[in-house]
Amino acid sequence: MEPIIVVGSGLAGYSVIRELRKLDREVPVMLLSRDSGDFYSKPMLSNAFAQGKDAAALVQTPAADMAKQLGITVRSHIEVQSIDVAAKCLTTTQGELRYSRLVLAMGADPIRIPMQGDAADAVRSVNDIADYAHLREAMQGAKRIAIMGGGLIGCEFANDWAAAGFAVSVIDPGPYPLASLMPQAAGSQLLTPLAAIGVDWRFGTSVSRVDSAATGYTLTLADGSQLQADIVLSAIGLRPRIALAQAAGLDVNRGIKVDAHLRSSDADIFALGDCAEIEGRVQPFVLPIMHAARALAKTLAGEDTAVVFPAMPVVVKTPAHPVAVLPVARDAAGAWQTLASGNGIKMAFLDASDRISGFVLTGEFAAERSEMTKRVGTPLAANNKADNIVAVEST
Amino acid sequence: MKVWQCVVCGFIYNEVEGLPAEGIAPGTKWADIPENWACPDCGVAKADFEMIEV
Repeated sequence: MEPIIVVGSGLAGYSVIRELRKLDREVPVMLLSRDSGDFYSKPMLSNAFAQGKDAAALVQTPAADMAKQLGITVRSHIEVQSIDVAAKCLTTTQGELRYSRLVLAMGADPIRIPMQGDAADAVRSVNDIADYAHLREAMQGAKRIAIMGGGLIGCEFANDWAAAGFAVSVIDPGPYPLASLMPQAAGSQLLTPLAAIGVDWRFGTSVSRVDSAATGYTLTLADGSQLQADIVLSAIGLRPRIALAQAAGLDVNRGIKVDAHLRSSDADIFALGDCAEIEGRVQPFVLPIMHAARALAKTLAGEDTAVVFPAMPVVVKTPAHPVAVLPVARDAAGAWQTLASGNGIKMAFLDASDRISGFVLTGEFAAERSEMTKRVGTPLAANNKADNIVAVEST
Repeated sequence: MKVWQCVVCGFIYNEVEGLPAEGIAPGTKWADIPENWACPDCGVAKADFEMIEV
């Protein structure tokens, strides 16, 4: 019998196999990895520095041990070049491989914006453990770090490195931190606490040039100002890896299009994780991956199962001012309301029928995450008279 | 009292602090947390992943 082949050794790929093995110890499974196939925690790449962790310390389980524990074959340093959907066969850098069912868990690429300057190629991104290892090397002797992007990853890196004593600048064309996840009243809560640990915020502008300087680089911003940095990191977002699926004729949009069963336009090909667009949504976070992995494992084990996503708050690991957010769709009907403020803010998004459909908790309120998650879908006033609506903000 | 970390997402459980928001009292040892407990950040069950001592 041909194996189930999983492409990608990140959290999505390994989680679906781990869940499948709870249901079926026998079915042959092969995992293909472009890198070593070692298991590590990707979310920790953006908060490992202040903990003094290098790349080796972040590897939880080497590939060979994962293969043994899970009873699977792991093929490392292999690249899939094409999928023959009709023949159920992959062409790879290590020859042809036939599959019974195929799981695409290939992740996403960092978005790079074109830039001028003789050192434009020096701009880094950190998307996997190898990137992190290179970054750690480059940080030897570095003092000043410029981060392009004030979103989740940019803010986490800024906090991590500022706490470790680096001079950190964050440059973002938007008006405030975490702008794609929350309203201004919430995102702007990070400004002062992170500035207090040394973060230099530059909003409303972007990097247009990176040039070599006597030491490090000179960044020229769109507003004409300049700043010096030893390391330039781009953290402006991810783009799902869809090229392989697209070339195979599978339906793609922003990600590889799959239904609630994680099934693509081909009945034997599935996708999950950062490369997948599940019923129209790309959700590159840990919790959606775990839920998708569990549902897909059942389907692969023979019990066709749709994924049901509960409310899945996202934690932003900024210890200087912790944040938890249940984001809402950009076009969601409703309004953000401030429920409390102090050293941080507590806000809820009320939908058209006045039910809580999103929230953001920062600073002292971040600890209320699980309590707030339980209230999602309920009306604001009905179950908590204590909420004192301070202000209403439209989106 | 020890500090534990979820291998999947980096979530920290500090036995001294517990997780009052999750109904786990300060001082609760990792061993005493129910097997059906799940990591609040990534949803991984206690039984699925070892928490590593940090």
